[in-house]
Amino acid sequence: MGYHWNWGIFLEPIPGGDETYLDWLISGLGWTVAVSLTAWVLGLVVGVAMGALRTVNNRWVVALATGYVELFRNIPLLVQLFLWFFVVPELLPKGLSLWVKQDLPAKEFVTASICLGLFTAARIAEQVRAGIQSQAKGQRMAAQALGFSGFQTYRFVLLPVALRLVMPPLTSEFMNVIKNSSVAFAIGVIELTFVARQMQEESEQGIETYLAVTTLYFICAYLANRLMKVIERRTQIPGTVGGGR
Amino acid sequence: MFGGLDFSVVPASLPFIADGLMFSVNLTVVAMIGGIVIGTLLAMARLSDFPMLRAPATFYVDAMRSIPLLMVILWFFLVIPLITGKPIGAEKSALITFTAFQAAFYGEIMRAGIQGVSRGQVWAGQALGMNYWRVMGHVVLPQAFRNMLPVLFTQTVILFQDTSLVYAIGAKDLLKAADIAGKNYNRPVEMYLFVAAIYFAICLFLSWLVRRLQRRIAILR
Repeated sequence: MGYHWNWGIFLEPIPGGDETYLDWLISGLGWTVAVSLTAWVLGLVVGVAMGALRTVNNRWVVALATGYVELFRNIPLLVQLFLWFFVVPELLPKGLSLWVKQDLPAKEFVTASICLGLFTAARIAEQVRAGIQSQAKGQRMAAQALGFSGFQTYRFVLLPVALRLVMPPLTSEFMNVIKNSSVAFAIGVIELTFVARQMQEESEQGIETYLAVTTLYFICAYLANRLMKVIERRTQIPGTVGGGR
Repeated sequence: MFGGLDFSVVPASLPFIADGLMFSVNLTVVAMIGGIVIGTLLAMARLSDFPMLRAPATFYVDAMRSIPLLMVILWFFLVIPLITGKPIGAEKSALITFTAFQAAFYGEIMRAGIQGVSRGQVWAGQALGMNYWRVMGHVVLPQAFRNMLPVLFTQTVILFQDTSLVYAIGAKDLLKAADIAGKNYNRPVEMYLFVAAIYFAICLFLSWLVRRLQRRIAILR
């Protein structure tokens, strides 16, 4: 195959600019990390809440939370992204709609983070629910016998255990967030995948470009994995098979 | 709030959307069948006694699972023409990419299935004088496949949703068709809502099928 290799391409300047391709990649990495982390925090907060709500003693609340999970799990992420970016602003009240379209700062980034966060929340909710339901019924009863309110039962008894139990699936979900953040290119967030496409077109050094971007994704996912493993070790439940003292 | 919407574009663009849906379904079915076949071979390689088979299969599966699917799609779209020497088009590239990518995921499912079959089954097969391929083909794989059927179908629902990512290389799937129709009729909002509803209905129906299947298999045992 007649491919012309050029590993020096990363240090060459972008046509019509004084940045190098390397600067481009670094800024792309920054946006990928920013979108992933924002979405991850949002996903955890909403996901834990939704997961807990699916296990409460109220049919309507459970149905609502189940509806949320089904809605966000059964529409492709990219389609959800287009809904948030193109459709939702149109459905807002006039004044708000205008503000979102014209004045919302870093509109693409905000939209992508909200979309990815709420998408991830639905998946986290399923795991949190499983973590709560796998605990013995006595846990909840004991909390109630001690006079805990509903909120206190979840805050001090059920969730602390559930979250530790679901650490392994949460770890892979964290890595999924980073991988899924790549769809943000479709609405113009200048993250790694966007940079990959752009740089491939401008420089025509596709293989070098994709190798660099793929490696950066790989490093991100690896670091996310290590971070979660450290947290998992630090928060182990004492006395369990996997756990510490 | 919904006052400005005009869904009359939906019937007008229906034949166009149907073409896109056909491609998405086609891509899903091809990648599912191809992925399960290649995935099963990958699983057998990962479980084999030969490091020469085990190492590359493990590397392939781990690599596919740690790279974003979008990057895999872009990789194949770039590399296939370099190898074959001529462009093959976004649609064909998508078919190859999804088969190769899904093989890694179906492979992991089949590996779990094979590992779940009890060892005595293999010994019984060997005691009857069967060689490796016969034990696999007649004893282990049929059981592994049936036990894993619900998981394989769940993966297919994910696969169907993932096909929307071929947007990145411009293949005309369901989402791309809605995208184009929305631009042509200047009604993107309605088209995106419509296509989201189609995806939602199909995926919900498939998940319901999987749950039914799970119940039936549970009774059979």
